[in-house]
Amino acid sequence: MPQSLGYLKETASQTAGPYVHIGLIPHQAGFDIFQNNFGNMLAGAETEGEHIAIEGQVLDGTGTPVRDALIEIWQANTNGRYNHPADHQKKAVDPNFRGWGRTGADFQTGIYTFETVKPGAVIGRHTRMMAPHINFWIVSRGINIGLHTRMYFDDETEANAADPVLNLIEQQERRSTLFAKRSKRDGKTIYRFDIVLQGDNETIFFDV
Amino acid sequence: MNVRQQFSDRESEPVHEPFLPAVHPIEFFQRDRDMHPPAYAPGYKTSVTRSPRRALLSLQNSLSEITGPVFGQNDIGLLDNDLIRNYAKSGDPIGERIIVHGQVLDENRKPVPHTLVEFWQANAAGRYRHKNDTYLAPIDPNFGGCGRALTDENGYYYFRTIKPGPYPWRNYVNSWRPAHIHFSIFGSGFAQRLITQMYFEGDPLIRICPIVHTCPDEAAIDRLIAPLDVNASVPMDTLAYRFDIVLRGRRSTLFENRLEGN
Repeated sequence: MPQSLGYLKETASQTAGPYVHIGLIPHQAGFDIFQNNFGNMLAGAETEGEHIAIEGQVLDGTGTPVRDALIEIWQANTNGRYNHPADHQKKAVDPNFRGWGRTGADFQTGIYTFETVKPGAVIGRHTRMMAPHINFWIVSRGINIGLHTRMYFDDETEANAADPVLNLIEQQERRSTLFAKRSKRDGKTIYRFDIVLQGDNETIFFDV
Repeated sequence: MNVRQQFSDRESEPVHEPFLPAVHPIEFFQRDRDMHPPAYAPGYKTSVTRSPRRALLSLQNSLSEITGPVFGQNDIGLLDNDLIRNYAKSGDPIGERIIVHGQVLDENRKPVPHTLVEFWQANAAGRYRHKNDTYLAPIDPNFGGCGRALTDENGYYYFRTIKPGPYPWRNYVNSWRPAHIHFSIFGSGFAQRLITQMYFEGDPLIRICPIVHTCPDEAAIDRLIAPLDVNASVPMDTLAYRFDIVLRGRRSTLFENRLEGN
């Protein structure tokens, strides 16, 4: 027998289950317990950048909204800088922007929303610029391991065309599953981003 | 030139405490998906329509995956890791008093310091304080069932709670969950994000649980089972269970450019 490399194995994932709200967003489960709560407002009045809302539904293989899904997003600020020490780009961090939020789909409608700012472009591997995007992570009852995907912006045609990740997707028509649609409502900029877990329009999920 | 020196020009830039890796992080090890539950696991019926059927697109890590949210003491409150006290209204909750403690490590056996660990569970009767839980067992007026902690500089976390009870659920006609505590862990990069469940040594329901057995690897299931840790218990007061959690490790390669280029 050769020497053992001695690595540990990652702990196995288990579903977040139907009551994930208790642990991660207790207010939605029906009670208040923590002084500080995490939520879907990533940007406050002080946050720099174009303020936007994101909304959508997570849909199952029958087209039914997943009304107990929990969604987290992680993104760069308006300058394209992540608020994290491993990001060494020469761009300013915004002290009023962590870049992370979480929310639950509405128990009746299945709609989720985030209020944030549109991220700037971030440098990718081999110095190729990545188009502005937001990283999504979805868990719920019936999802055995968290699903990673990215939301891109449908008004970033040029940047999207050059994006190294979108260009990995062989089937052109599947790229559109990652594009959020921009619209205006009551003076607010809204991006609609539905996540399809299964079926013809299945969203592209990543093994990161 | 050692690895630390190779990257030392970067050390002078401003960084946010508490993360300052000795080697600037590079990408995570590939996730071993043979050990994790597959998306489609028909024994767990809800997964049938909620499972992607196309292959995941493999993505080499960029800054988007190796970074992730940073949390600090300001994010949590003093009682957040004491589920016996954090929702107590008229007295202590009913049930077996336990401590759950352990270390968050990565696959390189390195502790994961200052990371957020969140946990939630049913009460001693197997009922969740959740508007969608209609099980006939009673709500405990003194038990919320959730908490959180930051790991210390050595990756340790601990909390005090009541041992959760098993409960029935709609899968097969007569399916029961073993007693368990849900865990959510961040790590330092979004690619490490993990939700799992901790089970209790000796619980006969583990063997027959369809959710446990979405996991195809018996050794991986064993690693979800916390042993009784008598040495960590408080005599005449509280029993203890130990649950270590392993997140993905990361490469510290010597001969490659940084992810973001030079």
